Amino acid sequence: MLGYLTKIWTISERLLKESKVDMVIGFRKGTVPMMNEPCVVKSPENVKELVWDSNCGINLANYLTDRKEKIAVIAKGCDSRNIVTHIIENKIKRDQLFVIGVPCKGMIDRHKISSMFEKEIIEVIEEENKIIVRGNDCEKIFKKAEVLQENCAICIHRNPVIYDELVAEPVKEQTDIDRYKDVRRIEEMQVEEKNNFFDETLSACIRCYACRNACPLCYCPTCFVDESRPQWLGKSIDPVDIKTFHLLRAFHCAGRCTDCGACQRACPMGINVRIFTKKLEKDCFELYGWEAGMSLDERPPLDTYRPDDPEDFIK
Amino acid sequence: MKIIRIDKKNWAGGLEKLKGSYRLFGPVKDNEFHNFKRLDKDELPDFNYFNTRLSPKSIIYPQSEIMLEYELDENKENHHVMKESKKDYSQRVVIGIRPCDASAFLLVKRNFDTPEYKDPYWIRSYEATTFVGLACNNPQATCFCTSAGCGPFYEDGLDVLLVDAGDHFLAKIISSKGENLLEAAGWDTETDADEQIETMKQEAEARITSFVTTNKLKDKKIIDLFDAPFWEEVAFACINCGTCTYVCPTCWCFDIQDEAYGLCGIRMRNWDSCMFPLFTLHGSGHNPRSTNMQRVRQRFMHKLKYYVDKYNDGIQCVGCGRCIRLCPVNIDIRKICNMMNSYEVQVTSD
Repeated sequence: MLGYLTKIWTISERLLKESKVDMVIGFRKGTVPMMNEPCVVKSPENVKELVWDSNCGINLANYLTDRKEKIAVIAKGCDSRNIVTHIIENKIKRDQLFVIGVPCKGMIDRHKISSMFEKEIIEVIEEENKIIVRGNDCEKIFKKAEVLQENCAICIHRNPVIYDELVAEPVKEQTDIDRYKDVRRIEEMQVEEKNNFFDETLSACIRCYACRNACPLCYCPTCFVDESRPQWLGKSIDPVDIKTFHLLRAFHCAGRCTDCGACQRACPMGINVRIFTKKLEKDCFELYGWEAGMSLDERPPLDTYRPDDPEDFIK
Repeated sequence: MKIIRIDKKNWAGGLEKLKGSYRLFGPVKDNEFHNFKRLDKDELPDFNYFNTRLSPKSIIYPQSEIMLEYELDENKENHHVMKESKKDYSQRVVIGIRPCDASAFLLVKRNFDTPEYKDPYWIRSYEATTFVGLACNNPQATCFCTSAGCGPFYEDGLDVLLVDAGDHFLAKIISSKGENLLEAAGWDTETDADEQIETMKQEAEARITSFVTTNKLKDKKIIDLFDAPFWEEVAFACINCGTCTYVCPTCWCFDIQDEAYGLCGIRMRNWDSCMFPLFTLHGSGHNPRSTNMQRVRQRFMHKLKYYVDKYNDGIQCVGCGRCIRLCPVNIDIRKICNMMNSYEVQVTSD
């Protein structure tokens, strides 16, 4: 994946020089280990600011919402599926976009690596399939596979589903993946146990809304938690209000979430917020055979009606 | 100033003794990271940490704090009268606070304790607290305290400075509150370690590798910085979450809310964030800071320009580095501070 960069530069430079696009949205190198910053490049001289490595976990579809310019955007498998969702939901037009597709081998989990390294992390170097973590006078080498973000480890759509140009040959898709083991474990719980599990999961939440704001699906002009006339939800750290926010947000993402993991990556408290959206993702898959963002030609299940829609769950 | 030697074998005993007359708070590892919390009986503060995930500001200034209570039942006496909510302002001690976090309270004090306005909740809470600092022998790569007005052994804001010297702590008494606390714990072995502390301090300061330049901020015109062309670029990545403001030890903004349950109600205040659109939404529906860029600019202008101009005592930041480490999209206050400090208006002749 490290070899993609030259190709990203060449394509971006060409598009900007030929004025095919007004800007390229990608990542630039971050100021701390395991972080890159989403950025916009508008001039061909600056394309070398762009970077690509396993720290590009933020979903760039989030930066396309309601933009009017012609935009080239660098997209992993999940970003491309959210771009499809954005197009279907009229948040951007297909002909405004030049999708620079990146066959993805997964992003690394900065929370996980920090917890596996006792000292302060000064530097993280990536080699193909190897992550070298350095502190002052110490070093640890991880296999990339052991420190992948959890959503990447179980990803079955690593290649972009729409693109105008790919930066490399498609990668092999992972097969024989059990995507919903964790969800089943919760489904099996009794009501009270489930409720306790939710409370425990969310106990560290500080209501910063990083999960919501990192999510490309959460573009409502006024989120229900921000409704103030009248107010819909309490503002304190009351556990019921916190839980209401997370559960309702997940429901809003039903049939739209691609499990890109941006929410979890963004959370400053390391909360497993994906567990909620995954349940809805699983339901949509099992009930409607639906995976979000796979095609521009099909409406999402929750915005269409078909006479043969399952209705066993309606009680 | 007196320095007391506390052998580590006497540490736990002293703390237990303190629990008789103080409520103790300290850093504790919960899941993956450290945060400050009330220490239970036999629970010790865990000093094996760089900086807590959240700043300890919530000990003085909780994220959600009930101020007043009321009854709506008209059959009851004093219904619809706001009554002060009962709170525990008995003396307590925060053990192991980093000097930057303690000095942050002095910055925040400027807002809550002014000649004109006195915030009773914050002040009572602050005054009931003794701060025992833990000097940073090993600052992190994102720590820039020495150029943000404090340092790894900074004493202002502390009552005692604790220095970890291997098998013992050196406790430098800074205030009478601190002296009383050490006495109550039964730690009284005076020692002459000024030089040792000074050497350790210099070593720690030398380990700081990260800096901001703030010398020109005061001389800049507000309007020039406000209109500077870099804000769009700075704000591009920002997702407008509240992480930076909530983890910051010096962010002090709050919102007041009434919540009623049946016939009882409370008036509370909750942390708010200038990153949220709702922060400035007017009753009319107009929002003077309706865009992402305007909100990002506000946060940095407040910390690095308005505050600087208003109080003439440096920036509203102690260099703890939390916002840098925890920002989901890597917005780095050091970079922005330096951009603001070095910004010169391009004069165009027409």
